[in-house]
Amino acid sequence: MGFDRRNFFRTLCVAGATLAVGNSFGAVKSDEEAVEFQGMLYDSTKCLGCRACERVCAKTHDLPEPKDELKAGVPRNMTETQRTAINNCITSKGEVFVKKQCMHCNEPACTAACLTQAMYKTKEGPVIWRGDKCMGCRYCMVSCPFDVPKFEFHSANPKIQKCDLCYDRIKSGKIPACAEACPGDALTFGTRRELIAEARKRIFESPKDYINQIFGEEVAGGTGLLYLSPAPFNELGFNTKLQNSSYPALTKGFLYSVPSVDVLLPPLLLAIYEATKNNNSKEEDHE
Amino acid sequence: MNKKAQPNFRDNDGTPLLKFIGSELKPKNKLLTPFNIISFPIVLLGLALIVIRFWKGLGAITNLSQEVPWGLWIGFDVVTGVAFAGGAYVLTFMVYILNMKKYHSIVRVTILNGFLAYAFYTGALLLDLGRPWNVVNPIIGNNFGASSVLFLVAWHFLLYMMAELLEFSPAIAEWLGAKRAAKILSGMTIGAVIFGITLSSLHQSGLGALYLMAKDKIHPLWYSEFIPILFLVSSVFAGLSMVIFEGSISHKVFSDQISEKDHKSHDGIIHGLSKICAGAMFAYLFLQFMVFIHGRNWDLLNTPMGYWFLLEMIGFVMIPMMLFFYSYRTRKIWLIRVAAILTMIGVVLNRLNVTVIGFRWNAATHYVPSWMEIVVTFAVIFTEIWIFRWVVSRMPVLRKSPAWAGHDED
Repeated sequence: MGFDRRNFFRTLCVAGATLAVGNSFGAVKSDEEAVEFQGMLYDSTKCLGCRACERVCAKTHDLPEPKDELKAGVPRNMTETQRTAINNCITSKGEVFVKKQCMHCNEPACTAACLTQAMYKTKEGPVIWRGDKCMGCRYCMVSCPFDVPKFEFHSANPKIQKCDLCYDRIKSGKIPACAEACPGDALTFGTRRELIAEARKRIFESPKDYINQIFGEEVAGGTGLLYLSPAPFNELGFNTKLQNSSYPALTKGFLYSVPSVDVLLPPLLLAIYEATKNNNSKEEDHE
Repeated sequence: MNKKAQPNFRDNDGTPLLKFIGSELKPKNKLLTPFNIISFPIVLLGLALIVIRFWKGLGAITNLSQEVPWGLWIGFDVVTGVAFAGGAYVLTFMVYILNMKKYHSIVRVTILNGFLAYAFYTGALLLDLGRPWNVVNPIIGNNFGASSVLFLVAWHFLLYMMAELLEFSPAIAEWLGAKRAAKILSGMTIGAVIFGITLSSLHQSGLGALYLMAKDKIHPLWYSEFIPILFLVSSVFAGLSMVIFEGSISHKVFSDQISEKDHKSHDGIIHGLSKICAGAMFAYLFLQFMVFIHGRNWDLLNTPMGYWFLLEMIGFVMIPMMLFFYSYRTRKIWLIRVAAILTMIGVVLNRLNVTVIGFRWNAATHYVPSWMEIVVTFAVIFTEIWIFRWVVSRMPVLRKSPAWAGHDED
């Protein structure tokens, strides 16, 4: 690898930042370069609808085992006791299973919403919730376009429940519990780049089995969870009207205006104050 | 008029501080008034419900759900309450920055109202937080979610409350007879006003910006990228309508505190405010119209939500705007009060349409607040009114400052 433009700018930025803030962030560069976002590919053509993922998820995260029945055409959602839910959707291509869980967005709305960094996009990719920081304001729930975070409304010490892609397991070198338990190989864990390549390969090799779209590649600025399906994604209960650009970008204009207003408005007000003060004293002189 | 002896309301002039405060803590007015008889049981019931809420969780007394995580307490208490508290920054701008002395006599009461609204409505926010013991996290420590609109709103709230307290503090000092402190605090007013206005403009719009990421959940007639600006502009006439409304009541209830001169000038003040309201509402309507055209939502008008939108825009913005104009020209004070009440209903409708009614308008089940949420809301409002009454009947808010304070306008 030569010293291309991107590398040059990166070096420049890191050097600038280091100069600006001193040595405290010296380690940032090597950390960021070492890791690529990881995610999971869900292939609904391979899903057996056995719900082994639901059961192992509940067991891993100390939640009650889901007892309700899976019926075709009856939507099941994630709840405050269930971080993932299998649905059996009746589509134009017959019955198709689909797994619902946190999408682990590249630029998550929930983490941008969180004022305490309790919702946190780890450098490995999973979006995790940190209870020691969360104040329970539920702004993440308002903001998430996929309606993933669930809140324990009936607890005096409520938690947010959502899939964390088994972050603790990933850190110790294992793969998420659901991906490990899946008997049909419907779940593949890997880096997002590899997974997109794999998904493209599957669509290319058997174009009759899939529609030519990877849900999650573009939606909401790209997500860590990627979906392959034989039927259009709106038939699987996904909101296909979601924007493809990132959700945090929606608040960018406002956030950028805040420092400008904070800095520019006071001197303006002071100037008006001084101006009107003089006016008045003149009037008084006339009287 | 002045049946009650004037010395009943008196600032401290020499008694030891603690003794004075002790004597002021005792109730001064009749306890068995109709307002007290209604409000007292509601506040008690509200307190009991709050205990249940912290014991059994939010779900025990609210109808909040996974789909609608923010309900009446955020949509009404916080978002609407703060809009109504906007009168403080508008009036301080007019009086201190533009030097419009005509409005000076109502500045203190408006600041007090604004400060109490913030203290109580954002205090009500603590009830809504699931894990309130972590509320200090965004204020101290290393948990700054600086990319969050809510983070900025929280900080601007907090700082603004301090600015308002500073703006009001000369009244407290005058009441306590602390002459030196009153002088120092008065000197800080302009600074507090300037920062107060800046902070207000950002958190009034920030409350709207909170909903920017809920793009797919809010009805398109109420969602646009301009929510922040619409919230800011509407806070001007929301706050001033509240000032008109509250002033009309205060001038009856506390009439024994108000000097003859201020009584006479009050109609002129309301008259002037009606013109400002009309102007701000015209700007707001124009903005709403632009946003509507820009959103290309013509087809949505002929739906139930469309009629609801038209009712809000025509019935509670355009009509009160015209009433403000008309009553300004014909000097009909009672009509200005009617317009102010209509405007306030319109602001409540608008804020609730964004935060509650239009939020997941297309969901199978709708959020309707439980009676317990409503009782707690009323309990908060009544407690605020109690404190307001307590302060007004003790400190120089509506009545004149003591002679030694030497305000130039007197």
